[in-house]
Amino acid sequence: MSTVMPTAEDILAGAETLRWSAGVNFHEQLVEAIYTDAARLTDRAVTRPDSPLRFDFDRTVDKLVTSRWFGFPLMLLMLATVFYITIVGANVPSALISDLLIGIIHPLLKQGSAALGVPFFIDGLLIDGMYLGSAWVVAVMLPPMMIFFPLFTLLEDFGYLPRVAFNLDAIFRKSGAHGKQALTMAMGWGCNAAGVVATRIIDSPRERLIAIITNNFALCNGRWPTQIMIATVFIGVLAPPGWGGLVSALAVVGVAVLGILITFASSFLLSRTVLKGEVSTFSLELPPYRPPRIWQTIYTSIIDRTIIVLWRAVMWALPAGALIWLAGNVNVSGLSIAEHLIQFLNPAGLVLGLNGVILLAYILAIPANEIVIPTVLMLTALSAKMAGVGAGAGVMFDAESDAQLAQLFAAGGWTLLTAVNLMLFSLLHNPCSTTIHTIYKETRSAKWTTVAALMPLLLGFVVTFVVAQLWRLVAAG
Amino acid sequence: MNSVPVIQPAAAACEACPAHNAANLLRLGVNVNDCDYVVALAGNPNTGKSTVFNALTGLRQHTGNWPGKTVTRAEGAYSYGQKRYKIVDLPGTYSLLSTTLDEEVARDFILFGQPDVTVVVVDATRLERNLNLVLQVLEITDRAVLGLNLMDEARRHKLQVDDRRLARDLGIPVVPMSARRGEGIPDLLRTVHEVATGATVCNPHRLQSEPAGLKRAVAQLVAQINAVYPGLPNARWVAMRLLDGDQRIIDAMQRGELGDLALRQNLEPAAQAALEPA
Repeated sequence: MSTVMPTAEDILAGAETLRWSAGVNFHEQLVEAIYTDAARLTDRAVTRPDSPLRFDFDRTVDKLVTSRWFGFPLMLLMLATVFYITIVGANVPSALISDLLIGIIHPLLKQGSAALGVPFFIDGLLIDGMYLGSAWVVAVMLPPMMIFFPLFTLLEDFGYLPRVAFNLDAIFRKSGAHGKQALTMAMGWGCNAAGVVATRIIDSPRERLIAIITNNFALCNGRWPTQIMIATVFIGVLAPPGWGGLVSALAVVGVAVLGILITFASSFLLSRTVLKGEVSTFSLELPPYRPPRIWQTIYTSIIDRTIIVLWRAVMWALPAGALIWLAGNVNVSGLSIAEHLIQFLNPAGLVLGLNGVILLAYILAIPANEIVIPTVLMLTALSAKMAGVGAGAGVMFDAESDAQLAQLFAAGGWTLLTAVNLMLFSLLHNPCSTTIHTIYKETRSAKWTTVAALMPLLLGFVVTFVVAQLWRLVAAG
Repeated sequence: MNSVPVIQPAAAACEACPAHNAANLLRLGVNVNDCDYVVALAGNPNTGKSTVFNALTGLRQHTGNWPGKTVTRAEGAYSYGQKRYKIVDLPGTYSLLSTTLDEEVARDFILFGQPDVTVVVVDATRLERNLNLVLQVLEITDRAVLGLNLMDEARRHKLQVDDRRLARDLGIPVVPMSARRGEGIPDLLRTVHEVATGATVCNPHRLQSEPAGLKRAVAQLVAQINAVYPGLPNARWVAMRLLDGDQRIIDAMQRGELGDLALRQNLEPAAQAALEPA
């Protein structure tokens, strides 16, 4: 190496001198040479149609979907349609799956273990805890995911997402963030960890940090089912019969849009305070619309997204189911551990317009947002001590219809405020541990990782608190 | 298929038949051990690199119709003609001259990883802009194949692309394909195999339109570089980067790692970690 060093220096010195002889605008000369060659080669190889096409599909569609007036309404309409189809379409298969897994297979398992004389704590831990926990995850999450993911992937394949980015670009720049953040946000709608990795397309470290910290405000795979279910059970029922699906879909769109608005607001605040700096410019290529390959898309989005998300949820639901069963069945001074924890968290939860069950569920769900709903259901049943619904403390039960779910929530002391604030808190809380780990890997900074983890949580506390206070004020007045 | 002007209907029908591939192609997924050749997949964003990657490896890298989807290197493997190939899907880039993280991943791999074959996947409907990158790649490496992808889209837009003339002009093999439909994949496999084994020798196009002063400066610097690093395969490219004042190349040269880096990137599959920000 030591023999190379001086000579390498010579080369650099040589380059220094030659740069002047070649002219100062070396870079421009080089780029121009490349462009000239490329244009010449293309001219020789490509024959264009003699007359331009009368009707340019891409341009016509682009004019519409990126138009000043129709761009945003069309975007909302598109999202609302996707959720409407998801919510309405998921009802029937959801009931079928829950009938099968919980109504038929669970009693069979119980009978089997009783016949074999399995001790109650093993039977409870395995069948009432782990099996039922996972069965719930499958019943609640699989049908909406099987409809939502393929629809979303079709939009992506068709080329719609860059148009969304195009529409949002101006607002992002006004917020002091990078226009490409719209793309990383869209990626976050699938998975926030993937969204954080996707921020690599942003070159400025300042803007990249903003994109990483605010990615969590894009609702992810693990959180869509929570939104969809709570909206169906609480908000859909407020609507006149027949309109429930539409109203629930609009509620979910509302939360997603709120996430976008909060992304803008927090990007704005960050770029005006701790992450000050210039906004960089970039050019966004709108890819051509390509007719999606429908069957292929449906197949791969079910394999790649649905199965992976479901698998992850089940993997976490197995230990969580066991843990919750234990917490519900191990008594300390007359009350189960779970009840102790819920009572401990209840005052704080109620101040936020939530309850102890929800807070405990979010603590248990740090590894994966997917298990929030099953945990909430299980703990609510436990805390409400609903005789006859389940087979014992901490056992999940057969609640195949929305009406039964509503009944359960009512017994657990839930109100419309609880539901609204749960939807808000699901949007605004710490990222899951996978995402936090990814943020650390990408930023290599404990400080920014902490900010990214705690800022949304703090915001969640503030927002739910304010909503709860206002709600109660209005209700009292 | 009767309206297809470029690929003969008979060939398309053969390619769509599973038996056509099954005999030769063995998809190895992520098993990249003991590979005989390394193939890099480069190209502009959103030209279908990941689709080609998936077709060859049997993996399911997420594909989507938007630029900037792949930001890291993805690796997979396949076996063809008794040889094992490692294939590296690089992030899409418009150029190798800039310094964003994803473009650096692509550039450093082609420059220092010294793949045996670099397949540049281009969008046939946007050939001119895509060729800007191809010309830069051809400055770095001799062994390249042009994957002229999205021919189905070109047909839809009534564009005719003369792949033979393009191959003659560029001095590298050109394979027309529609990767999403699986068309052209067998041709690509065969062509990559021929270039890797040396059965096809490329004579790549080098820039011609640069002003005389620039040409002279590059030639002089190349002579100096060749004296210090004999056998460096991309001296011309390194010279251009030095003249352009590319800090990363200057650093690499000062630390004397220009020669080592090639070696290191080949040995270490996770070399990409070294490219991540500190």
